[in-house]
Amino acid sequence: MFRVELIRALSRWRTYLFAAGLAGLPILIVLSLALSSSSPPNGPDAPPFLALILSNGLFAPLTALAVFQPFFLPLGAGLLSGDSIAGEASAGTLRYLLVRPVSRTRLVASKYAFVMTQVAAGVAWVVIVGLVAGGLAFGFGPIPTLSGTTLGAAETLLRILATATYLVAGVAGIAAIGMLISVLTDSAPGAAIAPVAVAIASQILDHVDSVRVIHPYLISHQWLAYLDLFRSPVEWGNVVRGLVTFAIYTALFLGAALAVFRRKDVTA
Amino acid sequence: MNALAARGLTKRYDNVPAVDGLDLAIDEGTLYGFLGPNGAGKTTTLRMALGLVFPTSGQVEILGTPVFRDGHTNPDAGRALRGVGALVEEPAFWKYLSGRRNLECLARAAGPPDDREARLRRIDETLRVVGLEPAADKRVKAYSQGMRQRLGIAAALLGNPRLLLLDEPSNGLDPQGTREVRMLLRRLADEGTTVFVSSHLLAEVEAMCDQVGVLARGRLVAEGPPSNLRPSGSRVRVEVDDAQRALRVASGLDGVVVDEHRDGSRSFIAALAPPATAASLNAALVGAGVGVSALVPVHERLEDVFVELVEGADDIR
Repeated sequence: MFRVELIRALSRWRTYLFAAGLAGLPILIVLSLALSSSSPPNGPDAPPFLALILSNGLFAPLTALAVFQPFFLPLGAGLLSGDSIAGEASAGTLRYLLVRPVSRTRLVASKYAFVMTQVAAGVAWVVIVGLVAGGLAFGFGPIPTLSGTTLGAAETLLRILATATYLVAGVAGIAAIGMLISVLTDSAPGAAIAPVAVAIASQILDHVDSVRVIHPYLISHQWLAYLDLFRSPVEWGNVVRGLVTFAIYTALFLGAALAVFRRKDVTA
Repeated sequence: MNALAARGLTKRYDNVPAVDGLDLAIDEGTLYGFLGPNGAGKTTTLRMALGLVFPTSGQVEILGTPVFRDGHTNPDAGRALRGVGALVEEPAFWKYLSGRRNLECLARAAGPPDDREARLRRIDETLRVVGLEPAADKRVKAYSQGMRQRLGIAAALLGNPRLLLLDEPSNGLDPQGTREVRMLLRRLADEGTTVFVSSHLLAEVEAMCDQVGVLARGRLVAEGPPSNLRPSGSRVRVEVDDAQRALRVASGLDGVVVDEHRDGSRSFIAALAPPATAASLNAALVGAGVGVSALVPVHERLEDVFVELVEGADDIR
């Protein structure tokens, strides 16, 4: 079933269109900095690492990831997961898949696996393009950590990969929410909205002081924990808290999606 | 073993029964026609047989295996489904893929990964059988309705099924295509495949089916070979030179009831019951000096039977 998903995704124009679009961001960041290397952007609004790219191309992928995380990454996860079952339902192909037979559990599981694979591939692609663009424009060198020490290029690369992995884990729960809504509705775009809305709402609430109590339970609360990977020594506390939160959200919503789908009348 | 069986199968939507205590027992190798007006519950029955829709009560079995167990789809039903091919309401495909690709994806989805060569050969064969070989590599987006219908039948045939559940298989096909489908289904049934066809095309059903079931308001109102569904007794149309005298003679005969006559017309239709026969009616008319120019049997059309059986069954409830 997974292979079927792969064949289908690779046969579509839009897959390659998205890849091109994704590549655009890191290239844009690098280009705009390379062309305006007079005044490095600073201040609280600029993404972290932005100014530091100028000294070291290794920061390009990191900056791109940092820019992606709040909105574009949840959007991607939401669109892909929202389309998973609802897309087949609206096309009418859902019933024909189930009748092959593909068990309902296997369908949800393989769809989710492919959604997360695509998210991971997208993130990996951004990192690769960022490395290439950043390396070409600014070269690689040792980077300063948040603790004041420096890291070699290889060490940094490792932490960038860890960051990428953490970011993908961070939206696993968002994708699981998307799967649940996708099972409940026949409208793929409609199903995409819910997980994105959750991601945005979570980030907003995280800044609202009066609901401080729920902060630790919000899915986005530890999204920035990857910064701790750039300390020396690495501080794992928040990262672990984040991973546990992501695992709980994923298990909860994916479990719900399975439970609902296994009992649902498929009239599409 | 019944290829398809149902016992007290019921599906209610908000207390309105779409399928109401349906009992079916279809032998292997039968070509069974499922007739009924829109909303009679034919498609709902099909969906329940395939495990897509959960019954409110009752049971349904395909190839001897119950489709549901303990309120969930029966895990064993998966194995039975491998031997089933289906076309539900209308075919559906991934429009951005070619016809061949669609079949490949569907074949693969069933898993586990097996002989690729055999799979490709099977796909070629089904495409050939439905006459889609020339268009197999075009994207489904470019297909006409007839082509999509053929592809849908090909998809149903992919797994060499022992049981075919087809909803309106001739839909969208021209008369030539309809005939091809009819011959294909007949051939498959003769070779041992059980073919269950849901259709509005009464002439088709009558021409090709071994058994017919008529569904109205979720219930089976008639079942049997197509010939059994016609009313017993025969009707004849008589053409005469003197209608008035002929009618007088005919009405006076035992077992003859004049059914239809238009004023001024020189022909009428009479229903014959024993002891009257066409020959005896003819003799009586000629004996009375009426010139009989034609005496032909009139077959009650299945359509009339059908309408009568499902009388009053609305499709909007």
